[in-house]
Order: sequence, then C-alpha cells, then structure tokens
Amino acid sequence: MALTTLFRRKDDAPVRAEARYPTLVIIALALLGLILVIFLFADWLAPYDYRTQSLLKRLKPPSFLGGLPEHLLGTDELGRDVLSRLIYAIRFSVLVALGGTLIGAFIGTTLGFIAAHFRGLVEEAIMMLADVQASLPFMMIALALIALFGGGFFLFVAIMGFYGWEVFARLTRGVVIAANTQGYATAVTALGAPARHVYLRHVLPNILSVLIVQFTLNFPQVILLETSLSFLGLGIRPPLTSLGQMLGAGRAYLTSAWWIAVLPGMAIFLTTMSISIVGDWIRDRLDPTLQSR
Amino acid sequence: MPGRLFLTKLARGLLTVWLIVTLTFVALNLSGDPIEALVGDQAPAEVIAHYREKFGLDRPLWQQYVSYVSGIAQGDFGLSLSDQRPAIELIAAALPRTLRLGLTAFVLGLLLGVGLGIVAALNRNRAIDRFVMSFAVLGFSLPNFFLGILLILLFSLHWRLLPSSGDQTIWHLILPAVTLGTHFAGTFARFTRSAMLEVLSKQYVVAARAKGVPRPRRVLWHALPNAAIPIITIIGLKLGDLVAGSIIVETVFAVPGVGRLLVNAVTSRDFALVQAILIMTSITMVLANLAVDAIYALIDPRMRAARSES
Repeated sequence: MALTTLFRRKDDAPVRAEARYPTLVIIALALLGLILVIFLFADWLAPYDYRTQSLLKRLKPPSFLGGLPEHLLGTDELGRDVLSRLIYAIRFSVLVALGGTLIGAFIGTTLGFIAAHFRGLVEEAIMMLADVQASLPFMMIALALIALFGGGFFLFVAIMGFYGWEVFARLTRGVVIAANTQGYATAVTALGAPARHVYLRHVLPNILSVLIVQFTLNFPQVILLETSLSFLGLGIRPPLTSLGQMLGAGRAYLTSAWWIAVLPGMAIFLTTMSISIVGDWIRDRLDPTLQSR
Repeated sequence: MPGRLFLTKLARGLLTVWLIVTLTFVALNLSGDPIEALVGDQAPAEVIAHYREKFGLDRPLWQQYVSYVSGIAQGDFGLSLSDQRPAIELIAAALPRTLRLGLTAFVLGLLLGVGLGIVAALNRNRAIDRFVMSFAVLGFSLPNFFLGILLILLFSLHWRLLPSSGDQTIWHLILPAVTLGTHFAGTFARFTRSAMLEVLSKQYVVAARAKGVPRPRRVLWHALPNAAIPIITIIGLKLGDLVAGSIIVETVFAVPGVGRLLVNAVTSRDFALVQAILIMTSITMVLANLAVDAIYALIDPRMRAARSES
C-alpha cells in the first residue's frame, strides 16, 4: 500500500498526468536530490570543518533565533558549527547506509544464486542461516557483533552489510529457481553457455527490478539501524559524526540547546520518509500486480 | 491443536535456538581473549591464569562447548564479566521493567492501531481516513529515539507535565510507552485498514446489512474476527521491532530494563551478559512465534481443519 495512493482522489478517478508524479513524490524526490548533493559536495557546502571547535562560541542558537550570523544553525557544546556538522553527518550516514545495503545485497544475491544453483544440502544450509538471522531482531545481532569485535568504522560498515542479506538470498533463490525453468535460461544453457554466463548475462538482468525494489526497502532500514546504533554511542563514534551520533550527543543539551538534537532528528525523519515515498512509488510502477491496491 | 505441524515448528524453533547458541560460541572464540579484555593485557600471568580457570577457559575447546551448551540448557549463562554475578540474575532483575514497558506499549499500539484502522476503513477516502493514514505514516516513519526526544522536549522540559527518566511511578511509564506504542499503532492502523476494507466488501457482511444487523454489531461481530488473521500475522512479525525498540526507548528514558542492560553490557564488552540476553531473546522470539501459530489455530476453524489434514 503506497503512501502516494492515500493522496489520490478516488479509486476510480481517471489517471491524470499529475497522478503519475504526485506532489508528494516530487517533494520527496527534491529532498533526496538535496541529500545526494550534500553527500557528494559536503566539503564544498560546509562553511566550516565539522571538527573545528571554538569554545568562546558554545551553544549559540541558530541565526534566525537570535544567534550569530556566521553560524546559520547555531553551534554545539564545543562551539562547532551545527550546519557543517549536519552536512558531514548526512554524508557519513548515507555512506554507511549505502555501503551496508550494497554489501548486504551482494552477499544475499550471491548466496541466493548459489542456493538455487546447487540445491540440496548447500541450499538447506544457506536457508537455515537465513532463518536464524530472521529469528532475531537485527539490532541485537549487530549489538552482539559490536560487543565482540569492537567499534571501528570499517567493521561497523561490515556489520551493517549483514543486514537484510537473508531477504535478498530468499528473493534471489526464488526467482532464479523460477527463471531456470523458463525457456530463455534453458535455451542459453543448451547453446553451451557456462552457468556463470547464464546467471550474470541472462538471469540477473531479468530479476534486477525485484532486487532494486528490495534495495529501496532496505536502504532506509539501514539508515535507521545506523542512526539507532550511533545514537546509543555504539556505531559511528567521535571524531567522526553521523546523524545518529549528533542526535545522541545533543541529547545532553536538550534544555539549553535543543537544535543540536532536533536538527539531525529532522534530517533522519525526512530522509527515511522521502525514501519510502519514492520507494512506494517506484514499486507501484515496477510491479503491475500492486497497481490495483 | 494440530499435532504434527506444531511439532515440526517446535523442532525448527529448537534448531534455530541451538544454531544461535553455537554461533555465539564460535563468535566468542573468534573475538579474542575475554580475560585479556577483562583484566587488561598488562596483568600478571597468575591473575590471567586464575580467571582462565575460574571461567573454565583452560580446557579444550570441545569440552568448553559441551559445558557451554549444557549450562545454557540448565539456565546457567555464566557470570557477568564486569559484575561477577550470574548473568541470568541481572536479567531477571531487569526483566519486569522491560515487560511492563513492552506490554503497555504493545497493548496501547494494538488498541489504538486497530481502532484507528477500523475508523479509517469505515470512512474510506474521507478526510478522517486521510488524517488517520497520515498519522500512521508518521508513526512508523519517526525513529523512536527522535520521537522520544521530541516528547521529552515538549512534555518534560517545556510543559513540565511528565517525568523524562526513571520508572518509579506510573507517570514515568507514559512517555516511553507512548513512544514505543506509536510505531505499532501506525503499523497496525495500516494493516487493519486494508484487512477491514477487504472483509467489509465480502458478501456475508453485505448480507448482514441487508438482514438489518446494526452497524456496530456488523463491524465488530461479523467483520473484525475475519480481519483478525492478517493482524495477528503482523503481531508475530512486529515482535522483533518491539524488542529492538525497547532497547532504544529504555536508553532514551533511562528505564533500567533489559535493553539498557544490553547497551551497558555492549559498552563495557561484557560478553557473558550480551550472549545471555541474545539467547534469552531468541528463545522468547521462537516461543512467541509458536504462540502466534497456536492462536491462528484457535481462532480460525478453517486453519484447524487444514492443518489436521496435513
């Protein structure tokens, strides 16, 4: 059920040009575009370095609330520019989530192909692991891994990469098994192509849209996971920053400087919401079976 | 209760728990020396040897594994490395607070969500429906740590109505329960709405209307039980979110429950406590999913019949 469908007029109303690009989707796309620009050009956009401290200018409110004109969104407890920190926090959060989701998609898709190719015991083992992962909230698995292996940046990205692989594995296994029985795969195999060639050149392009849809579902989840763990102080840690890290650190200053915590919170909320709006919309367009809903 | 299928599910659940126990053991052994992490690498050799013996780490690996598994089977998860008390004792002390918060939030989310979902379905495509659905989207898009902070800002710091941390009185329960419950209310409202819409168009509901059954009875007596199956499925799927959510919410509101215990254990790298909580959670999740399956069979005669045949 898409969010965008909530704002359509009536079920039976004729589809107009505007319904193909609902206002909400346009706003969400614009926000995502902005986030992409921030992600790519953070070092040009940020007026200051996100680590530069200035103890004389601590906890200043945003300019429009009577703060200093040179710090548009105020400063934090160490006098660091909140706008600059926000820009870099978006970059780090998106980087970690993108990396994590890609790794998860790669691991899961590969294991799905392996399960579908070999069947039998290999398939059983992979699917069993998928069941185990699905039986626990991933946050607990991530916390346990962090407790065991510590909290380096790359390790953290790797842990995020474990999120959702089981969904990709199940999905890929299912569609590959189905595709293997279809004419085109059998035909290519009969022509003497090696299995690798069949999978990469013929089956993968055919299941790509399913995988992309799953990607749009997983990405906001990984952002939430990263921000949650960083919020707890167990994900991205200082001197690096992320939206969750900023929010968690700003929590101590709610009474005197609410903007430190609320601004990154708004950024997380708007990002995940935009992705689900756009994701719902893409799903509606890619999957004809959902269109009646 | 359909015996065969239930037993299969039970066996699968046990297998899952055993796999988690085993994977935990493997991960524990891969992660390096817990004694070194406890006493530091500058500690004298006899101190290390003492702790090694105390925690049984001087024995061969397979013996450690056997005593590890049999210990867990008897409810012995070992000593908390930082606290020196049995891990299970620490969990038992924190559990009532977590259950109190989790159950309140869950019931709140369920009642509010199902109620709003029914209202939305009955007013399909009207302003009320859109309002409810916007609330639902907001409910599950707002990360609970952010919602919690917003609530603290408004209700504790700005209006000074409710306490923001601790769990001494019932007033302390309100903000965390609302924070955790909002997410579920959003999810349940969405699914209840679509389940109700489907059922309300069925012929038996139309027939009940034609027969003159009053609307409240028609909705609550004829439609709702038939919409219950997808709602219960969502309950099963959302239990994990409840666990993960309570970790965050307990931290935001300083509730000394199992979630906080886990976060502190991870911070101090207290592996014994972490694995105890992990395994207890997996057992709870497996049991909860079995319970959901049992509820299916209880409320739906069709499923009972289908299952006893298989």
